[in-house]
Amino acid sequence: MLSVSGLSAYYGRAHILDDVALDVGPGEVVVLLGRNGAGKSTTMKAIMGLVPPAAGRVRFDGAEIAGREPFEIARRGLGYVPEERRIFTGLSVLENLEVGRRPPTAGLRPWTPERLFALFPSLGAMQDRPGGRMSGGEQQMLTIARTLMGNPKLILLDEPSEGLAPVVVERMAEAIRALKAEGLSILLSEQNLHFAQAVSDRATIIEKGRIRWSGSIADLLAADEVREQYLSV
Amino acid sequence: MATLEVAGLEKSFGGVRAVQGISFSVRPGEMLALIGPNGAGKSTCFNMLNGQLRPDAGSVRLLGREITGMAPRTIWRLGVGRTFQITATFGSMTVLENVQMALLSHHRRLGGLWRPVARMDAAPARALLERLGMAEQAARPCGILAYGDLKRVELAIALANQPKLLLMDEPTAGMAPQERVSLMALTAQIARESGIAVLFTEHDMDVVFGHADRILVLDRGRLIAEGAPAAVRADPKVREVYLGSGAVTGAH
Amino acid sequence: MENLVLQALSGLASASSLFLVASGLTVIFGVSRVVNFAHGSLYMLGAYLAYSLVTTLPRGHLGFWGGVIGAAVLVGLIGLVVEVLLLRRIYRAPELFQLLATFGVVLIVQDLAQMIWGPQDLLGPRAPGLRGSIEIVGMRFPLYELFLIGVGPVVLGLLVLLFHRTRWGTLVRAATQDREMVGALGVNQRMLFTSVFFLGSLLAGLGGALQLPRESVNLHMDLAIITEAFVVVVVGGLGSLTGAALAALLIGELHAFGILIVPKITLVLVFLVMALVLVVRPHGLLGKPEAAARGGQGSAEPVIGPAPPALRWLGLATLAVAVVLPPFLGDYAVSVLTELAIAVLFAASLHLIMGPGGMASFGNAAYFGIGAYGAALAAQWLGAPMLAGLALAPLAAGVFGLLFGYFCVRLSGVYAAMLTLAFAQIAWSVAFQWVEVTGGDNGILGVWPSAWAAPKLVYYYLALALCLGATLFLRRVVHAPFGYALRAQRDSALRAEAIGIDAFRIRWLGFGLAAAAAGVAGGLFAYGKGSVFPTYMGIPRSVDALLMVLLGGVQTLSGPIVGALAFTGLQEQLVRITDLWRLILGCIIVLLVLFFPQGLAGAARARWEARHGDA
Repeated sequence: MLSVSGLSAYYGRAHILDDVALDVGPGEVVVLLGRNGAGKSTTMKAIMGLVPPAAGRVRFDGAEIAGREPFEIARRGLGYVPEERRIFTGLSVLENLEVGRRPPTAGLRPWTPERLFALFPSLGAMQDRPGGRMSGGEQQMLTIARTLMGNPKLILLDEPSEGLAPVVVERMAEAIRALKAEGLSILLSEQNLHFAQAVSDRATIIEKGRIRWSGSIADLLAADEVREQYLSV
Repeated sequence: MATLEVAGLEKSFGGVRAVQGISFSVRPGEMLALIGPNGAGKSTCFNMLNGQLRPDAGSVRLLGREITGMAPRTIWRLGVGRTFQITATFGSMTVLENVQMALLSHHRRLGGLWRPVARMDAAPARALLERLGMAEQAARPCGILAYGDLKRVELAIALANQPKLLLMDEPTAGMAPQERVSLMALTAQIARESGIAVLFTEHDMDVVFGHADRILVLDRGRLIAEGAPAAVRADPKVREVYLGSGAVTGAH
Repeated sequence: MENLVLQALSGLASASSLFLVASGLTVIFGVSRVVNFAHGSLYMLGAYLAYSLVTTLPRGHLGFWGGVIGAAVLVGLIGLVVEVLLLRRIYRAPELFQLLATFGVVLIVQDLAQMIWGPQDLLGPRAPGLRGSIEIVGMRFPLYELFLIGVGPVVLGLLVLLFHRTRWGTLVRAATQDREMVGALGVNQRMLFTSVFFLGSLLAGLGGALQLPRESVNLHMDLAIITEAFVVVVVGGLGSLTGAALAALLIGELHAFGILIVPKITLVLVFLVMALVLVVRPHGLLGKPEAAARGGQGSAEPVIGPAPPALRWLGLATLAVAVVLPPFLGDYAVSVLTELAIAVLFAASLHLIMGPGGMASFGNAAYFGIGAYGAALAAQWLGAPMLAGLALAPLAAGVFGLLFGYFCVRLSGVYAAMLTLAFAQIAWSVAFQWVEVTGGDNGILGVWPSAWAAPKLVYYYLALALCLGATLFLRRVVHAPFGYALRAQRDSALRAEAIGIDAFRIRWLGFGLAAAAAGVAGGLFAYGKGSVFPTYMGIPRSVDALLMVLLGGVQTLSGPIVGALAFTGLQEQLVRITDLWRLILGCIIVLLVLFFPQGLAGAARARWEARHGDA
């Protein structure tokens, strides 16, 4: 589905991604683990075209997308859920969803506001509320729902559990499992290992802009020295 | 005497009661955690303690002195240091200069038009950075610092005026697990050594249960539980509104 | 009574026209955050194009209305071209840089319009079917004015529907807040921006075209309308359509009745109202606090350190030339050099506010002018000698800087800039209309230096010493605690407040200090020229200061110095060699903004760092 190889990126003259490679298969949930500043968000932004990749290939659904504009990449079926939520605070819940709306994708059940409200019941109760007057957890759900309105085949979820109360994190984990059941592929970035292992099939560890380890969640749980070295838990 | 005493604090925004009659106190050297779901009123509560918001009712006392409704800068001068959820430092200055600014302000020397800052309060600033393990970064601009380091700079700034009370809003948000533990251990050590009372909010349960001496739980503007970590963790009400089963967050 | 009704109606017609222009400006600002100075030029082009089309097309309804609509669409297309060629490339540049670019467009359009349509005023035909007048409360009122009164509300209604009932409108409102996110959701934001520019420009063009039957078309329409449109947009609240409508109504009626009630201060009135509104409501009538629009801001400001040795040597070399060379030059060259020295201090004073202070000032000329007038009035009315006048200049400018600054520094961003502009216009209007004291448009003549300083060369050395001393003092201040405190409140107001810094007081004193420095420059200028005029405080001079600072680069301390030398030198030379100096200057500004977005000194610094690594 998504295959990244040799991806490099710079901020000014600082090398922030160096030869990053990772894969996400159809219907798979892969987690990108690493500390703050390790390059997780930048990897996602580079895949999405929000940070121009300096080198490397990004193949998505059979086509090369590296160097394309974010809107073109989104139109090919790649959804992006940013770390800081970034909902449109001046727009209502329904209007936020409208901004994300794109035509249905062949082979996937099209998302409608009704179906999204079934997935995130608390959003259904506040359809006309401006995004600025929602709690952090509700905003996080809205930003995922907004991206789903584009009927993506794969979504990039940047730290969905950051700053959320433990009960809300649990609900978020349920929602991610439900999306996986729908057949959606997901690339997730996380620092919270508990959360990552609850929802993912495979893990990739990034540190100082380079991939250090890749394998299944079961392997990661068995590899104490890897967790200690890179995740310091 | 308690360092901070809060009694009957109230605040409403457009008819919504964000904080409803909260009372608590913090002792010197104590690490007190304030936790609760998003929107429970933690930030509102915090902002009333350091003067960014004026409470509708209630009182805030620092070492017995009424500080309710004072401006943040006045409260700072009385000995309340603050770190922010999203770090706030001076990006166009070096780490050292950031700390120098806090010291210069503490010594009321910011009106100077002639003597260059480079030669003022540099030694004590360096000493503070040393204490926080940031001496090597002293000459780097804050604008290009890693997030975890910025959090330490903030702590150094907050300690510059020898505070009696530290208010830390999600001190470890956005940090790697190892960094979280070391920052909080350092904070706790400094607090105990210098008798500083620390009040912090936090979403990372490892940090909360690992470093707090006492925990307050807020929900919808009310205090629903208060006590030692073990007791709070076992409280069924707290599990229901906030902690959940603990399966995905480590709060087990 | 009847007269009042008619006056109110004609106020409504003005309000309606004003709203058309302001709505376009506010819509463009809302989405792109670009304060588009060239909006007035688009308005003027609307009027000129309508004139050409209406006089070329066959007479009658079709010819006239077709011409008006055609002109509006053409202006929309011109706006589109400007967006695609220029603005699209600088959305990530700082606010004031964009403003500078659009000001370059203003200059270009002025000369092009003069080349195409000539310098004389053009009178268009009246609107067919609306030539007559009707009787209202027993008095005649022109039909066309009545028609205009109707246009405003109709356009407002259509725009509100467009923004709240269509998908396009929802996308535009979303992009207003977070452009990058809208793009990541699959929306081609470039097309979106271009379409918004088309709409906004079309509204400006329509506003201009509809003026055809009301007034003559001339080359001063652009700056006249843009000032008014800025006032309307700011009073209404940036980005708010309804706010712009309310403000247009307020300003339109103010014009209509102001002339009846207080004819002596008509010019001041509008700006007084704007100042009043901003003091009471810092974000205009219906505006919201400016959330920093995402995806458009640059990185953190650089650290300030001591000048690198190479720069020191360059500075010393320049100084040596400035000291040694003048005795070998003629009087004209020496007076040009005097002006250069004054320009350096003028730019440095603005830089203190803009760079370390982080505030935009659109009205720095006010303090330059107050310094000049302070010296001149003291000479004329008190017979003060030159040195007393020169001492009074910074004092007067500083006092007024503290007075005006007390209100200005409470605001932020564009609002602060507009309030500084309002105070500058108030100062200008007083100089212009208080004829008994200031001589009005004729200015005050005979402000000559004392005998010992009368030779051009002596006066040059005096100006050089004072300007250089004051500039170096400002530089010293930036390295001292006060300058650090200024930067602290700019970098993070939250953190500054949390370590006991009174941000308001620091900004306020900084503003006063900068004003005093501008006053020194103004006083020297007055004695250098031997006269003072209201134009010393005019918008063009404030824009000059902005150009100097931005041209040189806000981020470096040497920026304003380089900018002042480059700009003053350039303008001086261009005016001498060509009539089309505006066109050339405009093109140079646009190219500089496109290729040196950090200013000249900023670009030099970047190259130096690339070669030598970070300090």
